[in-house]
Amino acid sequence: MKSFTVLQGIVAPMDRANVDTDLIIPKQFLKSIKRSGFGPYLFDEVRYLDQGEPGQDCTNRPINVDFALNQARYKSAAVLLARENFGCGSSREHAPWALEDFGFHCIIAPSFADIFFNNCFKNGILPIELDANVVDGLFEEMYANEGYSMTVDLATQTIKTSLGETIRFEVDEFRKHCLFNGLDDIALTLDSADAIRAYERGWREKSPWLFDVIK
Amino acid sequence: MSGQTLYDKLWHSHLVEERDDDCGLIYIDRQLIHEVTSPQAFEGLRIAGRQPWRVDANFAVPDHNVPTELHERSGGVAGIIDPISRLQVQTLDDNCRDFDILEFQVNDVRQGIVHVVGPEQGVTLPGMTIVCGDSHTSTHGALGALAQGIGTSEVEHVMATQCLLQQRMKNMLVRVDGALQAGVTAKDVVLAIIGEIGTAGGTHHAIEFGGEVVRALSMEGRMTICNMAIEAGARVGLIGVDEITIEYVKGRPYAPTDEQWDRAVAAWRELHSDDDAHFDRVVELRGEDIVPQVTWGTSPEMVLPVSGIIPDPATMEHAGERDATKRALQYMGLEPGMAITDIQLDTVFIGSCTNSRIEDLRAAAAVVEGKQVASTVKRALVVPGSGQIKQQAEAEGLDKIFIAAGMEWREPGCSMCLAMNSDKLGAGEHCASTSNRNFEGRQGFGGRTHLVSPAMAAAAAVAGHFVDVRNW
Repeated sequence: MKSFTVLQGIVAPMDRANVDTDLIIPKQFLKSIKRSGFGPYLFDEVRYLDQGEPGQDCTNRPINVDFALNQARYKSAAVLLARENFGCGSSREHAPWALEDFGFHCIIAPSFADIFFNNCFKNGILPIELDANVVDGLFEEMYANEGYSMTVDLATQTIKTSLGETIRFEVDEFRKHCLFNGLDDIALTLDSADAIRAYERGWREKSPWLFDVIK
Repeated sequence: MSGQTLYDKLWHSHLVEERDDDCGLIYIDRQLIHEVTSPQAFEGLRIAGRQPWRVDANFAVPDHNVPTELHERSGGVAGIIDPISRLQVQTLDDNCRDFDILEFQVNDVRQGIVHVVGPEQGVTLPGMTIVCGDSHTSTHGALGALAQGIGTSEVEHVMATQCLLQQRMKNMLVRVDGALQAGVTAKDVVLAIIGEIGTAGGTHHAIEFGGEVVRALSMEGRMTICNMAIEAGARVGLIGVDEITIEYVKGRPYAPTDEQWDRAVAAWRELHSDDDAHFDRVVELRGEDIVPQVTWGTSPEMVLPVSGIIPDPATMEHAGERDATKRALQYMGLEPGMAITDIQLDTVFIGSCTNSRIEDLRAAAAVVEGKQVASTVKRALVVPGSGQIKQQAEAEGLDKIFIAAGMEWREPGCSMCLAMNSDKLGAGEHCASTSNRNFEGRQGFGGRTHLVSPAMAAAAAVAGHFVDVRNW
């Protein structure tokens, strides 16, 4: 797993509620059997004016100039500022893959959809939930200040904005530990292999119809 | 101490190790696999040199990419025209062969949408924990199983460890008492629930559906409701086991038999929330109050009764809601004040893991029997959820009813629900769809989706616009 320690970067907006994972990465790109290369198609349907196809070179596609990520000031952004229920809908991990491939390593929103939130941690992306009014304030500051950036420090659980404000955020201790150290969570779980085997033996005795049937 | 909810019972019976803060390692009985979210997981196993923990806990079927037209379908994997789709389906075949996982391949008569095939085959059973790299895995909760969608990293994690590390969810009960009016279905019930609690209303919760209306539903209807729990933000939908559940499971190919059946049934009868169980949130609806629902916007919560009027953003106080409504109306090409019944349709899609089961097809056929699809409707697709449902429908003569009405009778798959195969909406087209998501571009670039029940979709196909199927 990729680690996350300290991130310093430009903040870009995705200023609408209920951004679904279909919007983050449309289905035609899910045909890929790879984990990488999704960045050019992030938010494809609102970022470009035409319909994107997998494998397509995006450099000459007509762009939607009104879309924030097409504007020069947000091009190198690393933090995405978003609204309520970000990442709802499909479980596709292609959504965090696309965000990470584009260059986003932190997403700040008042709330996230469960599966997306979970998928972020597996890909070195830190999703941060802040109160809606705090997020409102960050949107205002970002729009008012070109080059607005922040430093996100996972160890101290703080965000320092380029205007000097410091905001504390919460993160689950175990997730923090795994993300900070870039731990392989399969290896971690396999540390409990004896407990899994012991459980399995008991469960098989109790519910034998669940075993050795699908083959 | 109060009693346990069904979710609590399933959680505790699968808990391998308890960690801090209500976090636990839970054992997974079944992993369902399809072609879209699994290739990177198999690749991860190979790179790390790992083997599946328990091969017989896995079951695979391709569904998202598969063609639904016979001419493209009859050649099997090799016949899939889109080379990228073909490679993805082929990769699933290769991975299942290499790791010795049971797969129903494209031309197997048992193939279909994974969330239809699982329960149909008895691969899904009450009391199980089930995962799949697909958010509509919540469907299987209708059988009293703890079933949820996961991302590809967790697909790999479950393959390698047979476990999932997760936070215990909160409990929500949605109780629908009373009785439904004729013409009102499970789809209308779940759309009305989503309209009530919103698309994030169930976040961090497992939603149990109960009450007289839910108890009276068939398993097909219950699966429709649990399927869309995720559209209310809940990864898990649940319905307690009763005689309807047990009757449904009996005799399925992978269900237990004989002495094991008796033991299983005895265990399954405990799979309901205790009378004194505590729920963190309870939502109540009356069955009589629910009328046929139609979504008008780009989120499932943007839903109205068929008698409704498109809302006016100018009257909305909250800026976020106003902006979202404006954007949705612009995308959908609709004006405030317009009647839902004035929305003209270009396409009708009857299918998906929400509504492609035999009961859904019967309901649609009953509406179109002896009638014709309106001349203004360019396409009306009926896509059964599995090869077995297709066979059953044909045995009942439903295919002939659809074809005589001017509809297309297709091969099973996810089809136009998410348009990963060639079944796509054109830009600007309005579609009456029995699927689960009306997101921008979901059914095709620029396509405009209206979510409805199979009976409502069928009536709309004949009328050319939405009509109240209660008056049909």
